[in-house]
Amino acid sequence: MRSIGKSFPGVRALADVSISVRSGEVLALVGENGAGKSTLMKILSGAQPADTGEIFIDGKRVHIASPRDAERLGIGMIYQEFTLVPQFDAVANIFLGKEPQRGPLLDDVEAQKRAAALIAEFGIDLPLDRPVGELSVGIQQLVEIAKALAKNVRVLVMDEPTAALSEREIDGLFAIVATLKGKGVAIIYISHRMEELARVADRVTVLRDGASIDTRTVATFPIDEILQAMVGRPVDARFPDLPAVATAAPVRLAVAGLNAAGVRDVSFEVRAGEIVGLGGLVGAGRSEIVRAIAGADRATGSVTIDGTPLRARTPSDAIAAGIAFVTEDRKAQGLVLGMSVLANTTLAHLDRFARALGWLDSSAEERATEEMIERLRIRTPNAAQLVANLSGGTQQKVVLAKWLLGEPRVLLLDEPTRGIDVAAKAEIYELMVGLARQGVAIVMVSSELPELLGMSHRICVVRQGGIVAEFARAEATPTNVIAAASGAAA
Amino acid sequence: MNPRLRLAGTILVLLLLVIGVNIAAHGSFLEPSNIVRVLRQITYNCILGVGETFTILTAGIDLSIGSLVSLTGVVMALLANSLHLSGFALVAVVLLAGIALGAGAGYVNALPVVRLNLPPFITTLAMMQVALGLSYIISHGRPIPLTSNAFNSIGIGSFLGGLSAKLHLPALPIPVLWMAVVVIICSLLLEKTRFGRSILALGGNEEAARLAGIAVHRVKTMAYVISGICAAIAGFLYMALFSTGSPQTGTGDEMLNAIAAVVVGGTSLAGGRGTIVGTFFGALLIGLLDNAMNLLNIDSYLQKVVLGAVILLAVALDEIRKRYLAAR
Repeated sequence: MRSIGKSFPGVRALADVSISVRSGEVLALVGENGAGKSTLMKILSGAQPADTGEIFIDGKRVHIASPRDAERLGIGMIYQEFTLVPQFDAVANIFLGKEPQRGPLLDDVEAQKRAAALIAEFGIDLPLDRPVGELSVGIQQLVEIAKALAKNVRVLVMDEPTAALSEREIDGLFAIVATLKGKGVAIIYISHRMEELARVADRVTVLRDGASIDTRTVATFPIDEILQAMVGRPVDARFPDLPAVATAAPVRLAVAGLNAAGVRDVSFEVRAGEIVGLGGLVGAGRSEIVRAIAGADRATGSVTIDGTPLRARTPSDAIAAGIAFVTEDRKAQGLVLGMSVLANTTLAHLDRFARALGWLDSSAEERATEEMIERLRIRTPNAAQLVANLSGGTQQKVVLAKWLLGEPRVLLLDEPTRGIDVAAKAEIYELMVGLARQGVAIVMVSSELPELLGMSHRICVVRQGGIVAEFARAEATPTNVIAAASGAAA
Repeated sequence: MNPRLRLAGTILVLLLLVIGVNIAAHGSFLEPSNIVRVLRQITYNCILGVGETFTILTAGIDLSIGSLVSLTGVVMALLANSLHLSGFALVAVVLLAGIALGAGAGYVNALPVVRLNLPPFITTLAMMQVALGLSYIISHGRPIPLTSNAFNSIGIGSFLGGLSAKLHLPALPIPVLWMAVVVIICSLLLEKTRFGRSILALGGNEEAARLAGIAVHRVKTMAYVISGICAAIAGFLYMALFSTGSPQTGTGDEMLNAIAAVVVGGTSLAGGRGTIVGTFFGALLIGLLDNAMNLLNIDSYLQKVVLGAVILLAVALDEIRKRYLAAR
């Protein structure tokens, strides 16, 4: 892609970006949210036209006006959001739109045969006969990859493919990437996870503010220099120092005998000012534990806050008791995308702004929202902006604003930095430290091992719905956490 | 584009239409008396549409409003004829009873929706049949003429007659005042209260609303209750207008026209986005269109075709807007 430019009303999304990727090579494309990665890839896949610039494939200039054009040229995309039909099995999804046929009828036998051959060729391990909606996110990712491969791709774009995967699933994914490289596929790999780059990429291109800043081989591009190129200034150490938890700090959150779908007899305590990380593989039950505490799912067992047990188990009871719950999937569960920053910020605490007859005091709402925008440095033109128009990191800050508005005593964070850029991550870490200092008890679910290790006073490892191991900060290492999570440790 | 901008689009289309038709009809279209006629005609559709807006904002629908107009009208007429009251007391008691009945029917509509997660299309379809059947059973299939004349002024009276006469304007009919009150109250309810915010939030993202502690079941139920109440008010006004409670009132195109007003007014059938004022303008656009076609002596069968085309156009524009947003 050479000299690609793209503007939206009021925004210059891309200005003169050039990237190239060779056959059998993995090019990592990195940059903060809003740097232009997604727009560039949408142009390559035909979802959006470029204003200027040219695209060459195998040295020939091509025109990509629609997704169909892109597909014909052998360009495959694996988006962050899946494009699978949940009720269909893997085979039906893989051949969706190009089902093998015998006359006017579908040829299921042929489809089965071809799908089996395909996954065998690339060493993908997945059940072909179950509705994909019943499969874990990691397996769905594999279906998505198989679907792209079935189209004979020559250029494969992977957008944050590991965002939802556990460490073990990531290893599997990288093995598949290696196979693809061996078959001469050119891969563009978009990621926010710096530590992955050395494992998977050959070269790295950094985008910033719609321009390509630097391209180097992975070996000559140390992570701190990549980060610096991304943000345009030197970055401090990735994780801030955690304040020590006072030995006399009272127990703020006590969970005992918690049972729910996917949660088996979980008990743990979090003291005021302590950050407890919940580690484990995807699907181990970490999200289910925090959801049960927050009243999001039906659960039994006791949840006690500052010595007072929570009675009923609904989200509003939990909120009233001082629990704030930042969900894993901000678009599906955290935000009302079609509403403004203001309406989202005040949503969980409307009672605070309601006067007689439920009348909302809009000037009080505005004041509270402005305060949050300033405190969390939410990058929005104003409080009336629809959250759908904001970047991922900014959206996540709106979710946090919604919950911090209530001055929570317990903060539950489920994958708080998934899919957001480095600068926003750092700000969220700082915020966590600030809240811990104020005595908030924090429970953080994270699939990013460095984050888990760097941001927790204590790590509880979850496997099969129960806590199987606990490590103090000093004794936690990637090896023993992974070992406990995968059941390898005694 | 936000709902206000879309509303501006609707109003612009209205203006162009009004000016064009007025020229074609040699000025008779914009005569005050004609405008008042249109307002009176859209009153019932607008009130039903306002109630329907709440259910559609929750990504639901209420198909039973036409039948509820019939049922509440019949019940209110029977009640009015059997009560030993007169004047304002009679009107107040009858109206409150009708509203209670409409609210109760709305509650029954909502119960299986929130408890069993049944689609509102089904539950309100069932209510549509049940309410209509009951209406015919109670009335033995015959219209029930009101014995009291306490309702006459509400149905066909006007207000501020003295003032408008001084200004050489036609008097505003009482039903138009009712419409204005319903539109204003419901608009404030939706835009300015906690309940309204909750409706928009759960229509936009039910899970996010639930996790934010919003009583999703209660709010949804209220939407159907309000829809039932609006149907009862329309039933009351029809009864007053005809001095009769007839089981046949409301059983024609009323429900579909109300939904059309909501959709043309810019409310998304997917929920979460829309305004009450938009529904008013939707009803007004449809009413003006009807009136204009009559003035221009357009064949009544052709009128239906045009109306259908306008509804399709409104929804198509909504879809195009969504695609434009999604492509950004």
